[in-house]
Amino acid sequence: MSSHAKAAKKFIADRERTAWHDQALYFVREKRDKMAHDVSEWEELREMASRMKRHTISNLAYYLDMFERNATANGIHVHWAKDAEEHNRIVYEIIQKHGGKNLVKSKSMLSEECGLTPYLKARGVDAVESDLGERIMQLMGMPPSHIVLPAIHVRREEVGKVFEKELHTEPGNSDPTYLTHAARAALREKFLHADIAMTGVNFAVASSGAFVVCTNEGNADMGTSFPKVHIAIMGLEKVIPDYGALSLYIRLLARSATGQPSTTYTSHYKKPVEGQEMHVVIVDNGRSDILACTEHVNMLKCIRCGSCINTCPVYRRTGGYSYSYFIPGPVGINLGMLKSPEKYSGNVSACSLCYSCSNVCPVKIDLAEQIYKWRQNLAPLHLAAPSKKFMEKGMKFVMEHPGLFYPAIKAGRIAEKMPRFVLYNSLDAWGIGRELPQFAEETFNAMWKKGKMK
Amino acid sequence: MKLVTNYYIMKIGLFIPCYINAIYPNVGVASYKLLKSLGLDVDYPLDQTCCGQPMANGGFQKDSAKLAERMERLFEKYDYVVGPSASCVVFVKEHYPTLLHKEEHACISSRIFEICEFLHDVVKVEKLNARFPHKVSIHNSCHGERLLHLSSPSELVIPRYSKLKDLLSLVKDVEVFEPKRVDECCGFGGMFAVEEAATSVCMGQDKVHDHMSTGAEYITGADSSCLMHMEGIIRREKLPIKTIHVAEILSNGL
Repeated sequence: MSSHAKAAKKFIADRERTAWHDQALYFVREKRDKMAHDVSEWEELREMASRMKRHTISNLAYYLDMFERNATANGIHVHWAKDAEEHNRIVYEIIQKHGGKNLVKSKSMLSEECGLTPYLKARGVDAVESDLGERIMQLMGMPPSHIVLPAIHVRREEVGKVFEKELHTEPGNSDPTYLTHAARAALREKFLHADIAMTGVNFAVASSGAFVVCTNEGNADMGTSFPKVHIAIMGLEKVIPDYGALSLYIRLLARSATGQPSTTYTSHYKKPVEGQEMHVVIVDNGRSDILACTEHVNMLKCIRCGSCINTCPVYRRTGGYSYSYFIPGPVGINLGMLKSPEKYSGNVSACSLCYSCSNVCPVKIDLAEQIYKWRQNLAPLHLAAPSKKFMEKGMKFVMEHPGLFYPAIKAGRIAEKMPRFVLYNSLDAWGIGRELPQFAEETFNAMWKKGKMK
Repeated sequence: MKLVTNYYIMKIGLFIPCYINAIYPNVGVASYKLLKSLGLDVDYPLDQTCCGQPMANGGFQKDSAKLAERMERLFEKYDYVVGPSASCVVFVKEHYPTLLHKEEHACISSRIFEICEFLHDVVKVEKLNARFPHKVSIHNSCHGERLLHLSSPSELVIPRYSKLKDLLSLVKDVEVFEPKRVDECCGFGGMFAVEEAATSVCMGQDKVHDHMSTGAEYITGADSSCLMHMEGIIRREKLPIKTIHVAEILSNGL
């Protein structure tokens, strides 16, 4: 069994929770549908956004260079990190230079990718998540289970329990408004005493050297208001040519992600306040290798909206933690394989090839098609499951020989008369929740041969 | 190869996928009767086995090459190849050019149609003599819809359509419904059904219940594979709903 299949089996064992998780995410998908259907030119926008990304990643060096030039002219310090380790080191050096101890950060999957928070913690820097969902996960001591909705798998009663322990809220009170107020009050303290602000970057605008951060809680703005140092971190695929391109992606991002016309806050950062510092760390960490990978280069178009995750019927029923890569769903299956097939091939089975992900993607990434391609590559990489290979080879051999196929059906007819305990044993994956299909008394082939159809 | 446009003189090769041959031969019979009733010249090339899709979806596309060559040989002499399984048809359509190292127009891929697609788009039927006095819920299968375009995917902002609905509207006395999640995957997915059995069964149970909530007596669709998976769940849980291939409805009473 693949690593995903194993974890999924455990998750699904709690049917009530599975149904709740599925419904919560399907609700987000439905909100996305409603928003998309309100924009009559939606499909044209997707096409344009996809082409714009294609153009940008085809000229990546050009636009990154332009961004660096313009950002530097604006007074922003631009840093380049080839991998996670260099990224962490650069961030830490900036913090160290300012004697920082308390970092307050808005949501960033890149920091998750680089393992920044534990890295800083080991060096005496406290990094506090200011996005509510991320903060809940931080207090629970768990990673986010979704890239946009980090705590979507957590029920409010569970949040209540954690807050009771960590923030000393009233025992047994799990009212969302009450808990949000408690989180806000506690975070306010963190904001006031932070000496370093960190944000992610949704879009880096090459033509102006500015970057844009989209949040719903205003936590990025709050976080960057007090400290004198702002460090923004971005994967190098976040660069876009200009404001024309930005207008396109802003229309697509929140609609696709959460079914909102736009995020509540779309914050533009162009230059530091006088006497303060602003840094941007541009991270490669394997991204430029994807550029050279023609079959999967489209992954660099991703704007991390999470719509492919929300629509994925497998993800909805198995939860984010069933995937071994830190990003779940179709996008995570593909990015994980690009990161390390040896480590993350256990997620490739988590797809029924329904193709819904490819249809919701606002930049038209061929997500399902790419998963199909990864499956073809597992055998040459010697990562295909032996049992599956065995089954496949047997099937292939029989199907290539009609002289074997039709007798095999006859044998099957006899076999299915066996007692139930033989037919439905623990080794038979089909039989866990389904009756086996029954062979017909006569194949179509036999009927035709006997002239029954003439 | 040029497609024959006068459908009275065209020769149709009936493509009966492996599992329909073995498990649902009645779907083959229904398809044959249906095409025949429209005055078409239908033949079945003997000893068909499998198109190779199960191997390919599992990650062994290369192993499907011999089966593709076999299919290509079997159907060489026909103007059209028509089969009652959207998933298999679309596999032949999309992957055979690669497997056979041929251009699409030069191989079976350009001449193969799923039976509803064929009736709707090529023959353009306007009248059927079928009658089916029952409530049915349409199963918009993923490959039928998102790859073969039998209906409009709910994710896309395009005009709504459904070729199955159009065809069923020609059948007397049938009442047609669709589940609330109109095109959610049922969880079959070929090898996925056994490789991710727990998830597959969970998806199937959810889907069957969604179909049941329409009040339908039958789940119908253009893919017997999805129907087979859901039928397995229905029989295991003894649920009050049945499955039927859409060709069996379109040919009922002929």
